[in-house]
Order: sequence, then C-alpha cells, then structure tokens
Amino acid sequence: MISLTAGALAANLLLVGGLVALVAANGLGHFWQKDIAALALADGTTALGEIVDREVDTDEQGQPRERLRVAVGNRDLGGSDYRWIDSTQIAAETHPADAAVLERDEWGKFYGYPVAVRRGDRIVADGPVAVWDALPELVRAKRVERAEKIAALRDGIRDLNREIEQRRREGQDVADEQARYEEAARALSAREAELVADELVMRTSDGREVSLPVAHVVRAVRANALGTGGKLSLYFSRLGEFLGGDPRESNTEGGIFPAIFGTVLMVMLTSLAVAPFGVLTALYLREYARQGLFVRCVRIAVNSLAGVPSIVFGVFGLGFFVYLVGGSIDSLFFADKLPTPTFGTGGILWASLTLALLTVPVVVVATEEGLAAVPRVVREGSLALGATKLETLWRVVLPAALPGVLTGLILAMARAAGEVAPLMIVGMVKLAPSLPLDGEFPFLHLERKFMHLGFHIYDVGFQSPNVEAVRPLVFATALLLILVVLSTNLTAILLRNHLRQKYAGSAI
Amino acid sequence: MTQAAQNPELARLPEFEKAVLRVRDLSLWYGETQALKEISLDVPERKITALIGPSGCGKSTLLRCINRMHDLIDGVRVSGQLLFHERSIFDPDVDVFALRRRIGMVFQKSNPFPKSIYENVAYGCRIHGLGKRAELDEIVERSLVGAGLWDEVKDRLRESALGLSGGQQQRLCIARAIAVEPEVILLDEPCSALDPIATQKIEELMRELVDRYTIVIVTHNMQQAARCSDYTAFMYLGRVIEFGETGELFVKPRVRATEDYIRGKFG
Repeated sequence: MISLTAGALAANLLLVGGLVALVAANGLGHFWQKDIAALALADGTTALGEIVDREVDTDEQGQPRERLRVAVGNRDLGGSDYRWIDSTQIAAETHPADAAVLERDEWGKFYGYPVAVRRGDRIVADGPVAVWDALPELVRAKRVERAEKIAALRDGIRDLNREIEQRRREGQDVADEQARYEEAARALSAREAELVADELVMRTSDGREVSLPVAHVVRAVRANALGTGGKLSLYFSRLGEFLGGDPRESNTEGGIFPAIFGTVLMVMLTSLAVAPFGVLTALYLREYARQGLFVRCVRIAVNSLAGVPSIVFGVFGLGFFVYLVGGSIDSLFFADKLPTPTFGTGGILWASLTLALLTVPVVVVATEEGLAAVPRVVREGSLALGATKLETLWRVVLPAALPGVLTGLILAMARAAGEVAPLMIVGMVKLAPSLPLDGEFPFLHLERKFMHLGFHIYDVGFQSPNVEAVRPLVFATALLLILVVLSTNLTAILLRNHLRQKYAGSAI
Repeated sequence: MTQAAQNPELARLPEFEKAVLRVRDLSLWYGETQALKEISLDVPERKITALIGPSGCGKSTLLRCINRMHDLIDGVRVSGQLLFHERSIFDPDVDVFALRRRIGMVFQKSNPFPKSIYENVAYGCRIHGLGKRAELDEIVERSLVGAGLWDEVKDRLRESALGLSGGQQQRLCIARAIAVEPEVILLDEPCSALDPIATQKIEELMRELVDRYTIVIVTHNMQQAARCSDYTAFMYLGRVIEFGETGELFVKPRVRATEDYIRGKFG
C-alpha cells in the first residue's frame, strides 16, 4: 500500500515537474541569441540564419538523414522564416563576425550583413565598421524620438479631435480648431518623414542589397561578435522587453505586459467580488438557515454550479451582465454616447463578475467547512458573555474561520486565473488599445476591454500566420501564466499562514 | 430511590443567607424528554454552591438555565420560575444579553477565542462598550490578577491564547468572565479536563473569588465539592434530592440516596 500511494505521489510530482520543465525549457530558450551561421550549400546557394533545431528521420530509401531547421528570417523578401536543410547538402558552415540580426517592428527578423547607413542620397556611414559605430546610438535615438516626441504629437491630435467632436455636438464653430488640427497633423507627418529618413543598407546572404528605415529597427545584434556576457545581457534585455513591453506584429513579437496586467487585475477584481458574495452565502447557509431539506437542496445546487461548463457562465455573463445590466447602465448614465456602448459591451468588470459567479461555489464550500470547524463551545463562550449572535459571528466565528475562507479564495483565484473560455465573450480581446488602469480619471476603467495571458497563448499559438516561428513564445507565455497563478496563490497562502500564526496552535 | 417528589424541607436555605437566585418549580423539556422536574432551590449570595449528582441528572442543564443558555437549543420548553434578584429571567422583556453579562459562565472544556490573551479578556467589555481604551488595560490586568494568571502571562498579552496550557486556558476563561464584573459565575465542571495541580489552582481561585462573586459549580468530583463549596445540592433524575450546608450534607445526609451516592454506592 505504501509503495502504491508513494508511486501515485511520485507520478504526480513527475507530471507537474515535467510539465513546468518542458514549458520552461522551450520558453526560456527563445530569448537566447545563438550564433549566426552562414551555410554554403551544395547547389551553390547560401543561407544565413540561426540553426534552431536538428532532426533525424529517414529518407525515401529508408536511410537516416539529418535535417537542420534554420531560422533565416527576411520574411519580407523570401517568404518563410524557417528553412529545412539536409545536413548532407551543407558544404561549409562559417560564422562571419559582421553577420547581423535585426529585430524589426514589422516582418520579423532580418539576417544579413550591414553595408551602409544612408540619409537620402548622403552616405552617413560606409562599411561594416562605420555602421556598427553609428548604428546603436542611431537606433536608440529613433526609439526615443518615437516614444516621446511623436507620441506627444499624437496625443495632442487626439485631444484636439475630441474637442472638435465636442464642439460640433454642441453646435459651435470649429473652424479655429480645424486649423489647429491641420497644423498639428502637418507637424506630425513632417516628424514621421524625418523619422524614417535614415536608412540602413543591408546585404542578404544571396547578395541583394536592401535598405530599410533605421526607425523600424528595434535592436541590431552582431551575434557572432558577442561574448557570453554580451549574450547574457542581450538575453535579459529581451526578457525584460517580453515582460514589460507592448506586443507587436499582431502579438507574435514584443512583450506581453498588457496581458499580464489584464490577468492579474481581473483576478484581483474577481476575488474582490467573490469573497463577500461567497462568505455571506456560506454564513447564511451555515449559521442562520434552518438545516433541512431545502438548505440541503441549495447546498447541492451550489456545489453542482462548480461543475457547470465555464462557457455556459460566459453565455450567461454576456446575456445578463453585458446586455441586461450593462445595457441598462448605458441607457441610464451614458445615453449621450449611444449607440456606442460603454458598459453595454464586454469589459473587465463583466469578465470579473462572470468569473466570480463561476468560482463562488468554491468559496461557499470552503467557508462552510471553515465555519463548521469552529467548535460549539467557542461560540457558547461568546454568547455566555452576553454577545449577540451577530457579534459572535463577526468577532469570533468569522476570524476563526478565516483560514478556511482564504483557502477557498485561493482555489477560486487559481481557477479564475486559468479560465479562458467564458472570457472570450465577455470582454477579453486579442489586442487592447489601452490598459484598464491608467493615469486618466477615474484611473480604473472597468468598462475597458482587456488582454489575458490564457487567450494570448491561444491567439499566438493557433491564430497567427506563422505558427512555427511563435512556438517558443507560446511556451514562454504559458510559463508566465503558470508563474502568475503561482505567485497570486503564494501571496494568498502567505497571508493565510500569517493569520494562522496569529492564532497559533489553533486547530480551527 | 423512594423519594418521588421533592421534600421542600430538604432544600431550604438557612435564614441568615441572602438568596440571589431562587428557582421555583422549574421544569424543562428537551422535546418530549423532561430533563428537570419541578426544581426548587435558593442560591446564596457570595457563597459557593456545588451541584453534584450522577451523569444525566440535569445539573448542567440547570446551570445553563440560569443564564438562559438553554435558549440556544431548538425545541426546549420550560415551566416554573427562576428569579434573579426576585425578578423572573424568563420574562419576555428581560434583556438576555445584559442578563448574561451579570451571570457569567465558564465551561467544562476551556474555550478561549482564537485571539490574543489581551483580546480574550477584553472581549466582553468591548461587546458591552464598557471601559475606554486606557481603562481597558486596567480591566484586563485586574481580571488576570483576579484569575491568578497575571504573573504567568503579563509578558505575552499579545500572543495567542491558544498557546496557553489547559489550566491556564481555564483560568483565562475565568478572567474573561470576571472582566465584565458579573454578580454570579457559573462553572460547569471546570476542572474535568485538568491535572491535579491545575485543579488545585482553580479551587484556590474559587475560594478567593467568592469574596466578591456568587459561584455555582457543577462537579463530578465529590471531594472537590466537599473541599471548596459552602452549600451542596444533590441532584438525581432531574430533581434536587437534597440541598444543604456542605459539611452537613457530606457528614450526615438526610436522604438515603444522597448517602448512597456520596459513599460511592452508585453514580
């Protein structure tokens, strides 16, 4: 019996450990820069890229053959990001020192050799050495220019637009504003033209020269010239971008910060909603209701709620929260914006409430158990001192049951963080234009749509045009989702332990 | 066991004692089962009254009636009177919460709240809004001193009460009870889960407390009743069989059943 139980535990641990290890190994490798290999092939052509995978299979004659998967990038020129090359086809492999990989805003990575930096017809830097001297500073300057100056101009135009809209609705004259708007638009396009004026000329492995705006380069890396330290710092810089940046290229590149933020905020809102709701329900069921057939039926019904498929909750959330409640709020308070819905469309509030409904059985059951575990003599002790039932519940029973309540809340949070299906119809989107929390009054925008790690995984992994290229990203996102769930749970567990310690030695 | 009905002569309090509680023809039913049968008894002020008797004789039920803890059980019905300062506690307009403040109770199993030692003692005062912040410290100290626990816990008032030993927990419950300045303290077999040393401490404590409080104690332990009570009531099958001054009752019981019980022939 011992070996059987221990075996089951070991199998469990192996499964969980294996899962995390697999996800981590696949995901974390994504940010590591490999050497760039220049491959001379038997048919006289060349290929330039990173060898990401080696696979052994059998050819038509049943002979084993080795195939290399090479990330060659240059999607804008050649089509696919990856090439499969038979190892027998490779005549020579070299690692040229000036081979570079460019991470770009669009079209994925570019592999090639730098030739020059050009501004109009004027050559700013000629030859690899000069290019590498000038490029990093230029790339950084362009990034700053775009993030600060151009973003400010865009904001100005947006505000102006709103003002024009407002005045127009009030029937006022807008000629003045219109002129200001046009001037700002001109300034913006001049800035934008200036931004892309500097061009980087690159030579691909098949000898073509391509020029692309420096402003579109996120990062230029001379991979083969980097030492381990350089690669490490590159690794962490990429990891930082992944964790803290906005997504690019329809989520297949860049960071996933909005998704992390959306997930965490949604889980927090869910627990804020589910805790009082579930605890009050459990209090009534356990402490006030006369135990009988009816309460038994209610309890069974609440427990069965936990088994209802989550998409059903999603449909309910859409019908009840979004259309009914949200629609009513809109017609009452945001009538001037109709027919554009404010609350009458999916948003983080409705998603959180839907999940609260989904997870309330967990909290109810755990709270009931926590309450049942508070000994009768302790309640009597309070009542015998002249406390009312409410005072006894509030001051003695509930604090004693708090660890149980928190256990339920932890389970509910874990469930909420991992749930995706119902959210797809109550407010989760592939790409949210802004975070639900920002510096603009009232700071927390409950009506906004949001991004979510779970949906991000689905979207990147199965809805992107280039599934092969984004697979490591899917693993990295999955790892992050696991980490987010773990850390929210860990926080709650630490809180519970702190409470337990406060009432040390307590069996309740 | 021949005494079917109670003889009033056997439950009379001496003239010189002042009765705080008067029980008159009190009967109590749990559903169809009658647990107390026409009990009449006077509890003297600032004396220790012990209720003894075999298990199931109704002594705990009687005790819990005194501060209306029987209200908490569904299907309980009472008839007769229980007068506290000559006023029936069963009157509909009696404030039961105020009553319980004046008649405190300590249970068989120590039941400290899962709070700090300080908060346990201060609990009753907070509930009843007695004492301001500064006074509360004083009340807590006074109560813990009164329960003989102060020296043992004064350095760890903010620690959990559940870290105390069984005897300390029971004394904490006594401190908690006396913090709200009750007139009567009901003790329901307070020593049944304690070792002899802790028991001795509780008994000494009772002797000190009786200067200020009226004490009613239910006990299984006849030596304990003999050692520390002033009056003793022997209960059997829901009736008070004999009530009298402890020395007399134990030395020359007037009823045969009492004698059989205290000599250990049954029970």
